[in-house]
Amino acid sequence: MDYVIEMLNIRKEFPGIVANDNITLRVIPGEIHALLGENGAGKSTLMSILFGLYKPDKGIIKVRGKEVNISNPNIATELGIGMVHQHFKLIHNFTVTENIILGMEKTKGLSIDIKSAAKRIKELSNLYGLKVDPYAKIEDISVGMQQRVEILKMLYRNADILIFDEPTAVLTPQEVEELMNIMRRLIDEGKSIILITHKLKEIKAIANRCTIIRKGKGIATVDVASTSTEKMAELMVGHEVNFKVKKGEPKLGDVLLKVDKLNVKDNRDITAVKDVSFEVRGGEILGIAGVDGNGQTELIEAITGLRKVESGKIILNGEEVQDWSIRKRNELGLGHIPEDRHKHGLVLDFLLEDNMILENYYKSPFSSKGILNREEIRKYSDRLIKEFDVRCGKGSKTIVRSMSGGNQQKAIIAREIDRSPQVLVVSQPTRGLDVGAIEYIHKRLIEERDKGKAILLFSLELDEILNVSDRIAVMYEGNIVGIVDAKSTDENELGLMMAGSKGGNKNEKNI
Amino acid sequence: MKKISKYFTNEDYQKKIIPFLSVLLGFIMGALIMLFSGYNPLEAYSALLKGAGFYGSIKRFGDTLLNMTTLIFTGLSVAFAFRTGLFNIGAAGQMLMGGFIAVYIGIIFDLPRIIHLPFAVISAGLAGALWASIPGILKAKFKVHEVVTTIMMNWIAYWSVYYFVPNYIPGNFDTESAVIKESASLRTDWLSSLFKGSYVNLGLFLSIIAVIIIWWILEKTTFGYELKAVGFNPNSAEYAGMKVNRNIVFSMMISGTLAGLAGAVYYLGYTNNIKIGELPTQGFDGIAVALLGLNNPIGIVFSSFLFGFMNAGKLFMSASTEVPKELIEIIIAVIIFFAAANLMIKGFLSKINKVIYRKEGEKNV
Ligand SMILES: Nc1ncnc2c1ncn2[C@@H]1O[C@H](COP(=O)(O)OP(=O)(O)OP(=O)(O)O)[C@@H](O)[C@H]1O
Ligand SMILES: [Mg+2]
Repeated sequence: MDYVIEMLNIRKEFPGIVANDNITLRVIPGEIHALLGENGAGKSTLMSILFGLYKPDKGIIKVRGKEVNISNPNIATELGIGMVHQHFKLIHNFTVTENIILGMEKTKGLSIDIKSAAKRIKELSNLYGLKVDPYAKIEDISVGMQQRVEILKMLYRNADILIFDEPTAVLTPQEVEELMNIMRRLIDEGKSIILITHKLKEIKAIANRCTIIRKGKGIATVDVASTSTEKMAELMVGHEVNFKVKKGEPKLGDVLLKVDKLNVKDNRDITAVKDVSFEVRGGEILGIAGVDGNGQTELIEAITGLRKVESGKIILNGEEVQDWSIRKRNELGLGHIPEDRHKHGLVLDFLLEDNMILENYYKSPFSSKGILNREEIRKYSDRLIKEFDVRCGKGSKTIVRSMSGGNQQKAIIAREIDRSPQVLVVSQPTRGLDVGAIEYIHKRLIEERDKGKAILLFSLELDEILNVSDRIAVMYEGNIVGIVDAKSTDENELGLMMAGSKGGNKNEKNI
Repeated sequence: MKKISKYFTNEDYQKKIIPFLSVLLGFIMGALIMLFSGYNPLEAYSALLKGAGFYGSIKRFGDTLLNMTTLIFTGLSVAFAFRTGLFNIGAAGQMLMGGFIAVYIGIIFDLPRIIHLPFAVISAGLAGALWASIPGILKAKFKVHEVVTTIMMNWIAYWSVYYFVPNYIPGNFDTESAVIKESASLRTDWLSSLFKGSYVNLGLFLSIIAVIIIWWILEKTTFGYELKAVGFNPNSAEYAGMKVNRNIVFSMMISGTLAGLAGAVYYLGYTNNIKIGELPTQGFDGIAVALLGLNNPIGIVFSSFLFGFMNAGKLFMSASTEVPKELIEIIIAVIIFFAAANLMIKGFLSKINKVIYRKEGEKNV
């Protein structure tokens, strides 16, 4: 059979870790080929090699049957290979067109010919149904739209082998649907796609074949249609995976977090959270569902102290804290797993161990009288790495920037859960995590709940909300449209509420 | 073999040898230029070393250390700011203000040395801190970029000294101040006689103490941890409950203190008075010193020694071999260029490694 891409016996070593250990990947023209593996298994590394960002230590790459040496991304581009990275690479104050033509500007006389470029982008956009405005500024468009700009960037360079590194991790469910339609259209136009995702449902829905890697080694390439998701998960982690976490009845304690008639403005000075009130008791998990951009971010930031409150009260552990500093709230018993791990959660240029003490560095045993106790910090960090299975090349001494996306997330979760705060505000905790890690994180969240802590869980994943929460509140346009019991609701009801209908007649509890 | 190989491939190690390679390349380039213009590079370099006191004269070596002393302080000042996410271009102005206050106290007051000298030195540090706090506050409060404000503050310092010196501490010439009292001088007899009359002074010990303290703050204290976190990522520092704005001002003030102390050791230890109409070049050299020293306190000792001896030796070299002293500036420029263009060198190192240590089965390179 003819393959469009063959990566044969690829090996790549980083200090302290073999990221790719003799992996072979073959892609048939016109297929969607999924790449599945745990966090840190080496998927991004393998694709970076194909795209010319890293040189393999060993192995052969063939494109359309011909052996090639892809020593930099320009060569990859010439060979018709394009890549959408896990973290986008767009310049925020440039327009869509400027971003797309960057590095391959055609000139007309002395000036760059923006007009004809924009025209071609418009045509491509129409052809694939991308709905991108060539003159919009990147900073003004949604994440989903930014991703389509990245897709257009590949198409503009005439790529016909398209690599998507976890494209769906940052998308809302609706955007995921649209992306899948776009991919189908790309295949119809004769492109081939390599897709990295942790979501087995997506692989089932769209991929033809799937190559599974575990700890840097190629395990198998399977036909998707004839392989169950359970089987794929098992191949990936090496043992059986439970998708649904077990949990008992909540043992409700006192109200630990109470939000009362809260109003919060967003960056554009528009009220984004409107008169929101709810309570979370010790021993329960309150999930907050909603389409992205309905005030969730502002609500989280207000509760955790990153954003000013316009009016209303936040009562934490019996104290009114809306005007308190972040430090004081943390000390009273607030924890926060932030939505944006690179912006808030981590200091990427710090060592892993220094990130593990980000909120506690000034406390015993990590320091005394202002002097850091390196030994204790190391011990603590080593323990968290082991307990939460954070995988990285040099253990506590790894620079966080070099860790895989999923393992960065695990590090934050380890830090916040281990602090075991009275109230834990959790946002998109499992974004970018593999199924095994998701199972573990959910288990740990439920353990915290069973210890009598209050957990407020924000997630765009309905599955996660339904699985983990005890009660579910739905946010729409800054309001909470209803709070329902997790056991007696379903996706349909939540979906309706997320669209604004005052749902949950059958079991709305008035709290 | 593997041991050496890691210096070519491992990023951490690469980073550490780049400064040394840059220096080597700088001197090779200097030698080539001399060859092309008909000078003998061996002669010139041995004159340079002699001029810097590596052999022949212990006094000249004292002058090398004297040069180094000021550069350690300005280098530390820039590096400390940089490690905490700030770009302090204003070390020159902070140094000038520190020096002015030190000289002023040295002239006006009449006190026993044990009080007079510390008083003058500490005031210099405080003046530098105060001068640097203004850009710090402007950044914290109004998000004005510190590069712009520190440059402006340089010129404000320049013109303030221009006005204050002739009006408050006039000397024999219109362009300089009076001379400080001996009780405020950093020079000491035993050091001067040890180095046969060089002006190397107590400032040398102060600079070493400063290196240790700054290293200790950055690596060992929660304060340094906070400052670095704020420097690398203010958003996550805020998330962790740190006071971002306060820390920006603190960073600037510590950086300014170091620059102010540079003024103390330069004016109280070397010149003994202050001239108007010049911004001390050491303030800007500090940027190069910090860069070459990888913004690391220990690295700065090495890089300021290098700059110190080149400054000390260049006059002797040009006098005894007719090689123009500007050649030294070229060499320094080349060193800085290579140190800054470290990506190029990194690529180069990886290539060398490939050539030397070609591994089995390595088809794809
Ligand atoms: N530049 C680098 N320097 C050092 N180690 C690296 C570097 N890039 C990746 N690694 C390490 O290689 C391993 C594989 O990383 P990679 O990013 O390929 O994982 P991944 O399969 O994409 O994981 P995820 O699903 O979490 O994104 C990880 O252990 C990571 O820490
Ligand atoms: Mg990845």
